[in-house]
Amino acid sequence: MMDIRFTKGKSLVLERSLSRPRTEVSLSAFALLFSEMVQYCQSRVYSVSELQARLADMGRTVGASMLDLLVLREKNGKRETKVLNILLFIKVSVWKSLFGKEADKLEQANDDDKTYYIIEKEPLVNTFISVPKENSTLNCAAFTAGMVEAILTHSGFPAKVTAHWHKGTTLMIKFDEAVIARDKQLDGR
Amino acid sequence: MSRQSNRTTDNKKMNSELFTLTYGALVTQLCKDYENDEEVNKQLDKMGYNIGVRLIEDFLARSSVGRCHDFRETADVIAKVAFKMYLGITPSVTNWSPAGDEFSLILESNPLVDFVELPDNHNTLIYSNLLCGVLRGALEMVQMAVDVRFVQDTLRGDNVTEIRMKFIKRIEENLPAGDE
Repeated sequence: MMDIRFTKGKSLVLERSLSRPRTEVSLSAFALLFSEMVQYCQSRVYSVSELQARLADMGRTVGASMLDLLVLREKNGKRETKVLNILLFIKVSVWKSLFGKEADKLEQANDDDKTYYIIEKEPLVNTFISVPKENSTLNCAAFTAGMVEAILTHSGFPAKVTAHWHKGTTLMIKFDEAVIARDKQLDGR
Repeated sequence: MSRQSNRTTDNKKMNSELFTLTYGALVTQLCKDYENDEEVNKQLDKMGYNIGVRLIEDFLARSSVGRCHDFRETADVIAKVAFKMYLGITPSVTNWSPAGDEFSLILESNPLVDFVELPDNHNTLIYSNLLCGVLRGALEMVQMAVDVRFVQDTLRGDNVTEIRMKFIKRIEENLPAGDE
C-alpha cells in the first residue's frame, strides 16, 4: 500500500517553490559538520576503504536529491541523453550550484573510452582536512564521488566513481559498457 | 594590519542546500545505524557537542565579540551574531524566565530542515538535535554550563521551532596543579 504520510498535510515542504533565492551558510559550519561525519564513520569501520565506502554512501543520498532539484531548476525538467552532455552538466551546473564554481577539469582517459576524470585541485570537502600519514590513501572526496555516482546513475548513465589523489583530487568515472555502446549508437544516427 | 582585518571578515559562504542535504544524509545514516530514535538523538547531541567545542574558537576569532556580562547578553550574541554567522538566520530571543536564567530561541526558518519530512515511524526523532549539542559545547568552553533542548519543532507540526536554553552554573576554571 502507498505510504499515506504525504497526504496528512503536516509538512509545508511540498507547498514551497523549488525555485527560490539562493541561501547561504558559512563554510566553517559545513567543514565542522563534515569533519564530525568523517570521525563518526571512522569510529565504525576497520579500514580506509570501508571508511570511503561509507562516505560515498552518504554522498549518494545527497547526489540523488540534488539531481532532481537541479534538473527542475536549471534544465526545466529536461534530462540529458548524451555522455558528454551529462558530464558537462556535472562539471558546470552541478559544481556551480554546490561549490560555487565549475570543476577545474574534465578529461577522458587516453586508452579507455569508458573512463573520464573530473579533476579538482582543491575540493571544498577537503579544505580543512589533513590526512594522517598512516592513512595516506584516504581521500574524503569519496563523499563527492558518491554524489557524482548517484547523479550519473539516476540520470540513466550507470557508472562507478572513485576519488584519488592525483593532480589534487581526481574523481575517476567508469561508465558501464552499455552506456558507451548506447552513446555510439546515438552518434551513428 | 590589513591582514588581521581580512581574517576576521574572511567568513566564506557556501550553498546552504549542500549543507542541508549533507546533514540529512548524516541523520539518515544514524537512523540506519541505531535501533531507536533516542539513540539517534543522543548521538546527534554528542556530535553537536564536539562541533561546539571547536566552533567557539572559530567564532571568537571571527566575531571579535568580547566577554558577555550577563546571560541576556549571551543570548543576544548567540542569536544575532552566532546564528547569523554560521547558518544565515537570526532567531528571536523571547520568553525569559523571571529569574533571567532561561530563555527561548525562536527560529522562523531552520536551514537544517529544508526539504525534510519526518516519516511516521520516527516520531520521537529530534531531527535538529545537533544544534543543542553545538550550543552546549560552545558555551561550556566559555565556562557556562547550560541545558539546551527543543520544545517546539515545525517538523512535528508546531508553528515555530523553539529551542529552550537554561543557565545552570558558571564553570570554575580548574588550573592544572602547580600552575599559577
